[in-house]
Amino acid sequence: MEYFVGIDVGASTTKSIVIDCGRELIGHSVIHSGADFEEAADKSFRIAFKDLGKDEPCDKWIFSTGYGRRNVPFAHSTKTEISCHAKGSYHYFPRAHTLIDIGGQDSKIVKIDDSGRRTGFKMNRKCAAGTGAFLEEIANRLKIGIDKLDGLAQKATKNVPIGSYCTVFTATEILTKIRQNVRVEDIIKGIFDSVIKRALEMAPLEGSIVMSGGVAAHNPYFVRMFEQKLGKEIFVPPLPQLTGALGAALFALETKGGKHA
Amino acid sequence: MSEEKKPAIKKIHATGHMRKIMADYFYELDRAAKEGSPKIAWCTSVGPAELLLSLGYLVYYPENHGAMLGATRQAANYIPETNAIGYSPDICSYLTSDIGAFLKKETPLSRAYEGIEGIPLPDVMVYNTNQCRDVQDWFSWYSKELDVPALGISTYRNIGEITKDHLTSIAKQIKNLIPRLEQISGNKFDIDKFRHVLGLSYDCTQLWKKVLETNKIRPAPISFFDETIHMGPAVVLRGTEAAVEYYRVLLQELEERVARNEGAVEGEEFRLYWEGMPIWGKLRDLAEFFIDLKTAVIASTYCNSWIFDAFDPGDPFMSMARAYTEIFIVRDEIFKESYIEKMVDIYGLDGLLFHDAKTCPNNSNNRYGMPERLEKKLGIPTLTINGDLNDLRCYSEEQAKTNIEAFVEQLESR
Repeated sequence: MEYFVGIDVGASTTKSIVIDCGRELIGHSVIHSGADFEEAADKSFRIAFKDLGKDEPCDKWIFSTGYGRRNVPFAHSTKTEISCHAKGSYHYFPRAHTLIDIGGQDSKIVKIDDSGRRTGFKMNRKCAAGTGAFLEEIANRLKIGIDKLDGLAQKATKNVPIGSYCTVFTATEILTKIRQNVRVEDIIKGIFDSVIKRALEMAPLEGSIVMSGGVAAHNPYFVRMFEQKLGKEIFVPPLPQLTGALGAALFALETKGGKHA
Repeated sequence: MSEEKKPAIKKIHATGHMRKIMADYFYELDRAAKEGSPKIAWCTSVGPAELLLSLGYLVYYPENHGAMLGATRQAANYIPETNAIGYSPDICSYLTSDIGAFLKKETPLSRAYEGIEGIPLPDVMVYNTNQCRDVQDWFSWYSKELDVPALGISTYRNIGEITKDHLTSIAKQIKNLIPRLEQISGNKFDIDKFRHVLGLSYDCTQLWKKVLETNKIRPAPISFFDETIHMGPAVVLRGTEAAVEYYRVLLQELEERVARNEGAVEGEEFRLYWEGMPIWGKLRDLAEFFIDLKTAVIASTYCNSWIFDAFDPGDPFMSMARAYTEIFIVRDEIFKESYIEKMVDIYGLDGLLFHDAKTCPNNSNNRYGMPERLEKKLGIPTLTINGDLNDLRCYSEEQAKTNIEAFVEQLESR
């Protein structure tokens, strides 16, 4: 049996996905990357394979991607996360579209044509604003679990604009708002709105829109807010955080020349 | 992925020759600074150097020193010194690193050349604002600090068509420099000497142009990263026999490479344009990275900026005015776009790479929508990377490399 593995070593989390030659999803995992990317890749890979529930010997073709893609010594090759996200997104939405990926360290907008080719991309500048790291930092400052943000934002009753670009300045701005007795729920919604604005200023969001990444995976209300802003539906793949890993696995499959490649 | 061997940058044999003439140049300046003769003029890199040389000055270029501070990755030690005296981290990092080094009484020259203890101090400074206003501020600071006159030429900005009025004004400003320069040097202006120096600059520039144009051939024999080093003599030694001779040697070597069908990048698959300043502290690293990607960066606005086709010894003032005004950085967006379009055609480029240098707005041409317009017009992709000429705090290695790698992957899928 042959399996194709994509490992996306992100700044925040490491994701692995295993597919077979028919592109069927066999296993997956998401773990924190920590400081040792090599160890995280190995652990994530092993967890994803555990889902197979069998120990029979098999051929594995492994592609790595993400910030730590070069820290996976057992990978056969690497691809950038930009190519892999495009690949993974097109797998679920095989038509021309614009992909917004908001990851831990960076956010990107990728334009994909109707044949699945990338026609352009933009990444955020050297700044955490508009990324998952920004949300993590703000959650940390507010002593709120990152998993609670979406629920809190849903309970907001007011739009509280956050004016600062910079993560540090935003934290200061938030402290001011807390002193002014602004509700935390309203502040969190303002923070979501700030991330959306950073994405909107990267590139025009034309045509059909797909969103991937950890922020979309854990914050459905964030996606709804984004939809309202755009005035159109945003499509989210089944495992949004694993879109890059899936793309890497698909590249592994294509390179090996597996079935349907 | 197993650890891969670093790709080798092919050696250019003329480098030894260049090192020798650059060493001679700096030792001559050092001797003059110590002995007080001949007089030393500081000049901006696209300033009226030929006039200064014809009046017997040795000419020193602070921008070249700035680039050295960047290339030796020393700039970060000095920029904060200048910030502390009121010069923002957002302005030219050549300026902030150069003044910072002066404040700390350090220079890469003393590490590179035994016996040189400091930069050669000026008797006069002459700038041309054709590049930016920062050069004027830069020289003004030294002028106060050292009590040395700073003279200048103010060039028009964002010019489309160059008119006779533009040139008359610039030529007049050049002529107006002469009385002070005569007084400081103690030498009388001699039009024949001026014509001679201008002729040497013209020869230098034409040979440099031929060097760059060897890259019309596939595979391209020299990379942008090597060009930025080998343009040194065109910047600091133009107007001398040494520079002319050097480019004959370099051109011959590159023509031999062309004859052997030998490219700077083994297995060249893609050809890119570099728009904007080099990232001096990352030249080698980026050169190796592009070799690994089988992608040749083979043409640039930056290296082309020392081609001065207009120099004409028969009409020295007006032709010099034209040469130093028709450069890319002085021109409007329409001119710049059509210039890059020509480059795409001449060099058969697959994509355009824009370097958005945080502290150099005048050399960061991505900021007013040019990449998007060119993409649409030319049908080739563009990429903007964020960085800086000297301040590596503005450069994110991982983000820049991921962007470049993804860009090449995009080219592969076309």
